[in-house]
Order: sequence, then C-alpha cells, then structure tokens
Amino acid sequence: MKYIIAAIKPFKLEEVREALTTIGVRGLMVTEIKGFGTQSGHTEIYRGAEYAVNFVPKVKLEIAVPDALVDQVVETLGATARTGKIGDGKIFVLDLEQATRVRTGEAGDDAL
Amino acid sequence: MQLKKLLPLATIAALVPLAVFAQEAAEVVADSTPTNEDIGYIFNTFMFLVTGFLVFWMAAGFSMLEAGLVRSKNVTMQLTKNVALFSLAAIMYYLVGYNLMYPGDAWTITNILGAFTPAVLEPVGLADTATDLTYASVGSDFFFQLMFCATTASIVSGTLAERIKLWPFLIFTVVLTGLIYPIQASWKWGGGFLDADFGFLDFAGSTVVHSVGGWAALAGALILGPRLGKYGKDGRVNPFPGSNLTLATLGMFILWLGWFGFNGGSQLYMDTAGNIADISRIFANTNAGAAGGAIIALILTQLLYKKPDLTMVLNGALAGLVSITAEPLTPSLGSATLIGMVGGVIVVFAVPFLDKLKIDDVVGAIPVHLFAGIWGTLAVPLTNGDATFYGQIASIVIVGLFVFIVSGIVWLILKAVMGLRVSEEDEIMGLDKAELGMEAYPEFTN
Repeated sequence: MKYIIAAIKPFKLEEVREALTTIGVRGLMVTEIKGFGTQSGHTEIYRGAEYAVNFVPKVKLEIAVPDALVDQVVETLGATARTGKIGDGKIFVLDLEQATRVRTGEAGDDAL
Repeated sequence: MQLKKLLPLATIAALVPLAVFAQEAAEVVADSTPTNEDIGYIFNTFMFLVTGFLVFWMAAGFSMLEAGLVRSKNVTMQLTKNVALFSLAAIMYYLVGYNLMYPGDAWTITNILGAFTPAVLEPVGLADTATDLTYASVGSDFFFQLMFCATTASIVSGTLAERIKLWPFLIFTVVLTGLIYPIQASWKWGGGFLDADFGFLDFAGSTVVHSVGGWAALAGALILGPRLGKYGKDGRVNPFPGSNLTLATLGMFILWLGWFGFNGGSQLYMDTAGNIADISRIFANTNAGAAGGAIIALILTQLLYKKPDLTMVLNGALAGLVSITAEPLTPSLGSATLIGMVGGVIVVFAVPFLDKLKIDDVVGAIPVHLFAGIWGTLAVPLTNGDATFYGQIASIVIVGLFVFIVSGIVWLILKAVMGLRVSEEDEIMGLDKAELGMEAYPEFTN
C-alpha cells in the first residue's frame, strides 16, 4: 500500500476528483492549505503599498491506494492537475504500513 | 391629454369648497390655514429634521467604514468608540457646544469666543413666546447642528484606530466636541470674525467640519505613532488589509446618502421655490462630486498599480463628497464632477505619501477629510464670485493652526497623564480581547 500526498491548484480539485474516481480511487482526503515551492509567492498592492504574499493557497490531497494502483493514480493526478504554468504543485508517494476500516476491522488492501 | 381628463374633476373640486363655505357660514368656523410665515417656518423646521437624521445616519456610515477597514481583532473596539463618541458629542454639544457656536449677541469675547451656557429648547407648543418665524425651530436647529459636531469626532477615530486606548480617545472627544469644534465653528457659522472680517465661505463645512476632524486626527497620529510593524526598517510599508470590505463599502454608501442631508440641509431655508430649487441643485451636485471622486480613483489605481483598489475607490468617493461640501450650490453638474475628481486624485496620491512620512492613518481619513477639505475650500472662488482666495486661504490657515495646536496640546497632556497607546502585547493580541474581552467575529479569529 502507498500513501499519496499531493498539493495542487485549488481550481483543479473537482477535475482531479472526477478523474481519480474514474480509475477506481474510492477515498480522498482534502485540506485547504497555504505554502510555497518554486513559485515562492508573489506581490500585491494594498492602498499603494506593495506587499509579498509568501504563502500561496493550495489544496492538499491524501490518498491511500493498493500498490497496483499507484502508478496510474500518480499519472492521472499529474495529468489532470497540470496547467503547464509555475505553481502546479507536487505529488509525494510514501510507503503505507497499515490500514484499518473502522466499521468492520478489515485490514490491508481490503480496508482501502 | 391628462389635462383634459382632469378638467371635469377640477370643476368639481372648485365647487366643493363653495358648498363647504356655505356650511361654514352657518357654523362660523374659524379658518385654520397657517399664515405664509407659519408655512415657511414649518418647512424650514421640517427640512432640518429630515436632513438632520440623514446626517445622523453618517455615524452609521463611519462605523461600518472603520469596522471594515481595521483588522478583525480590533472591530469591536472601533464600533465601541463610534457609539461612544457620538453619544458624548450629543451631551457636550448640549452642555456647552451649541451656545459656544451660536452665541447670538452673548459672545464672551466678541466674534472669537461664544457663550458658555447649555442649550435650551423652545417651550412645549411654543407657549407664551414671540417666536421668530423667519427661520426654523431651535429644536430642529440644535438637532441638525449637533450631527455636524459628531461627524467631526467620527473622523478622528478612524485615523487612530488599532492602537489608541479607549478612554484617552474618549476624553479627547469630549474636548473636541465641547470646545475645539464649536469655538472654531462660531468664527464662521456663528457669525464670528472669519465670517465678518475675512468673507470666508464654507457652505457645509469642508474646513469647519472635515478639515477640523482631519487636523485633530493628524495631531493625534503624529503623537500616537504608527501601528506596530506598519513601517519596516528599510522604509518598507507593510499593509494591514481591512477585515471586511463589504462593510466598508456599505459604510461608504451610507455616508454618501447622509451627505445629501449634510450639504442639502446647509441651505438652511426651504421656505421658497428658490430655496428648494437650490437644495435640489445641492443634492445633484453632491452626488456628482462623489461619483467624480470614485471614478478617478478607480482609473488612477488601475493605471498606477495595474489593479483597481476598492479601498481607494471608497476613499475617492468620500474625498469627492468632502471637496464639494464647501460649495455645493454654485457649481454646474460638470464643475461639481471635476471638483470631486480632484478630490479623488488627491486621495490616491496622499495615501502613499502619508505612508512615506510614516504617518499611520488606518482608514485614510487625513487625505479624505483634511487634504480634500482644503481643496474644496480653495475651490469655492472658482464657481462663487463672492469668495476670495485670500479669505479662503487665511481661514484655512487660522482654523488649521488653532485646531492642530490645541489638539496637539490635549493629546500631549493625555499622553503624559494616562498614556495613549495600549501595550505592545495588547496591540498584537488586538484591542478587542485586550481592552474589551469581546470579539466581533469570535468563531473566525481563534
């Protein structure tokens, strides 16, 4: 099992959710976050004074998937969230040691 | 077409009184139609009451504008100050302000210092008095003029927001509304020396009200200092975006509405066709000034900063209103729009200029009320031949020096006696929690 964490542009969320459910992803956790990467913020002007927006709003996705699905999820997620412009986000893949479905007590792939 | 249809009706209407008179002749009923003099008095008074409550509503406008432009951790405090300052103004104007400003023949020092007596209304039902029916009731005049006094105090609270302690601010308000405002206002509107010797013209108070608030705010801002972190070491200006631009916009529109009363009521008379036509001109010109100020601020911020800045557009509309306040009657609609536009330009450049000088004006009250007020006062001779640049400039300087110096002294005394600023820790935590223990948006600011 793998645990996928991705930070993407907020306006891509709905498109990504649709694409992932189509390929068989059955669960997704979403958090509104702020952060910086290569894009590293930008400047705005308020009442004539320039100020730096150091943290840019993003959406964080967390997805637990069976090993067999990992490559397809990463590929679909990347393709769907991509605009080609700076600030599209990142995808991280971690090993996942255990998963349990709370209702039934099922473990491993069955819990996903 | 309409007229033809109405003719039969008119005939009947003309006959009805005849029938009534026939009855009256039998019963000998006295004619209760008011005299022409009574009618003038009634309309003048009614006009003061209506325009007076419009100006009252500006207190709501200032409250919303300021609540929207401060950070959420200081909103409750800003609202508290606005309610308190209005109420204090009402009490002080009754106790000394009204007769200091309008002493009649009872000057303490002729044409300079009015009378130190409380305001007194007419007896109930005008019983046993020989009322002067050429003007309006004292009650309506007091009510109307009180609102102007409170407006002056509202201007100060916005500039000094987010760092000044509640009580020294309120004590200053007492001095401003009880003494500073009425004394200088008596020089012009009470028939004092600026009116008598300088031919100063200030229709509804670009100088007498708005600049006065602005000067008092400027003195306060200099002595109080900027908010923590507002200005960085390398000359950087750190913006503190306002908490709620919806409220700020509502506040601006409420002020815009109230201004029709502010300027319109300052015609003082609504007893003739000429006077009510003038009031109509004033309403239309006041509106034009605000529109001009808003649009020029919109265009300028687009050109200068690549994106329009709503807060500047709000300030621009208000600067347009302040600019047209010194002479809303004589300009044409075009001139009124242009006068307002210059006010809008002043704001767009004055806001960053004050930041360069490290004068922290939270809501932009100094550019709007002081700078645009000076401009509006200077613009009077452009459309009104009775005004002179000499009289206008001399009055701007005299009122400015008086208010700035006296306000400065009061601020310095308050600073020495009780301190003006909250502690650094309290300022960072927010005045709402620190001084009031109550937040405006408790769910969102945790």
